[in-house]
Amino acid sequence: MEFLSVISLGFIPVLIGIILLYGTVKRVPTYESFVEGGKEGIKIAFSIIPFLVGMLVAITVFRASGALEALMNWIRPMMEAIGVPAEIVPLILIRPISGTAALGMTSDLIAVYGPDSFIGRLASVLQGSTDTTFYVLTVYFGAVGIKKMGDALKVGLLADVVGIIAAILVVIVVFGAK
Amino acid sequence: MVNYIWVFMTIVGFVFAMINGTMEEVNKAIFDGAKEAVTLCIGLISILVFWLGMMRIAQESGLLELLTKLFRPLVKRLFPDVPTNHPAMGYILSNMIANMFGLGNAATPLGIKAMEELKQLNGGKNSASRSMVTFLAINTASITIIPTTVIAIRMNYNSASPTEIVVPTLIATIISMLGAVLIDRYFYNRRSRKG
Repeated sequence: MEFLSVISLGFIPVLIGIILLYGTVKRVPTYESFVEGGKEGIKIAFSIIPFLVGMLVAITVFRASGALEALMNWIRPMMEAIGVPAEIVPLILIRPISGTAALGMTSDLIAVYGPDSFIGRLASVLQGSTDTTFYVLTVYFGAVGIKKMGDALKVGLLADVVGIIAAILVVIVVFGAK
Repeated sequence: MVNYIWVFMTIVGFVFAMINGTMEEVNKAIFDGAKEAVTLCIGLISILVFWLGMMRIAQESGLLELLTKLFRPLVKRLFPDVPTNHPAMGYILSNMIANMFGLGNAATPLGIKAMEELKQLNGGKNSASRSMVTFLAINTASITIIPTTVIAIRMNYNSASPTEIVVPTLIATIISMLGAVLIDRYFYNRRSRKG
C-alpha cells in the first residue's frame, strides 16, 4: 500500500508538469493563458459567496439550536434497528450537510475508538466514499446561476444513502463486524 | 425544493432555540455561519485561480480534448446530451479524475467550469438540464481511488495500516457511483414520461 501514498504525493506535480510541458510543445503562451484562466477564478469565487452564506447560515442555525441533535436522536433508533452502529449515526447524518463538521466527527471517532477498530474503519470509509452533497449543489449551481435544481437534490441524497449502505456492508465483509 | 429546505432549517432552528433556550447560540450562529461562508470562498480563490489557470493551458494546448477522446465511449453513455467534442466533456472528465484522486480542491473549479459549459449547452436557462443532474449525481458519489485526507487522519492516530481502507473505500464508491447513475436514470425516465 506504500505505493499509493507515493502516487497521491506525486500526482499533482506530475499533472502540472504534463500540462506545462504539453502546452509548451504545442506553443501555447503558457503564462499568459494561466493568467487569463486564473482571472475567471476570482469572478467565480465572488459569485459563490451569497449562495454559500445563505446555506451555511441556515445549517449553523439548525445545528446551534439543537434541532440537528434532536433530529438525530429521533432517527437513531430507526438506524440502529437496521444495524447501523449508534456511534456512526451522527456522522452519517452530517456528511451530506457539512464537510468540515463531518471531517471533525471522523477524526473524533478515529481518536476515540482507534483507527483500526470497526468504528474507526467504518468512519474512514464513510468519510472517504461520500461527499458533501449540499455543498456541491450550492457551489456548482450557485456559480453558474442555476435556480431550478430539478431532481438534483433528490438524486444526490438517494445516492448518498446507497453510498452509506455500501460503505457499511463493505467494511463488514472486508474487516468483519466488530 | 431547496427554497423549502432552506426556510425549514432556519425556522425550525429558531423554534428549537426558543424551546431549548439556545437563542444566544443561534444568534451567534447566524453571523458565524455567514463568516464561515465568506472565509470558505476567500479560501477558494487561490485554488480556483490556480487550477482554472492550469486548465486554460490544458484547454488551449488540446490536452483536454485528448483526455476526452480517451474516455469518450464511457462518458458518451453517461451524458448522451453532450456533443462528443464539446469542451464540457473535457471538464467533466478532469473533474471526475480529480475526484478519484481525492483532490477535492482541484475538482471544484473543474466542476464549476463543466457546469458553465453545460449551462451554455442548455441555452443559458436557469434551470438544471438532464446532464447537470447526472453530473452532480456522479460528482457527489464519485469514485475515490485515494482518500487523501482520511489516510492523513489515520496516520495521525497511529494506525497500524493507514491505507488499509483504500480498497474498501474504492469498492464502496464504485457501488455508490453505480447507484447514483441508476437513480439518475430512474428520475430522468420518470420526468420524460411526464413529458
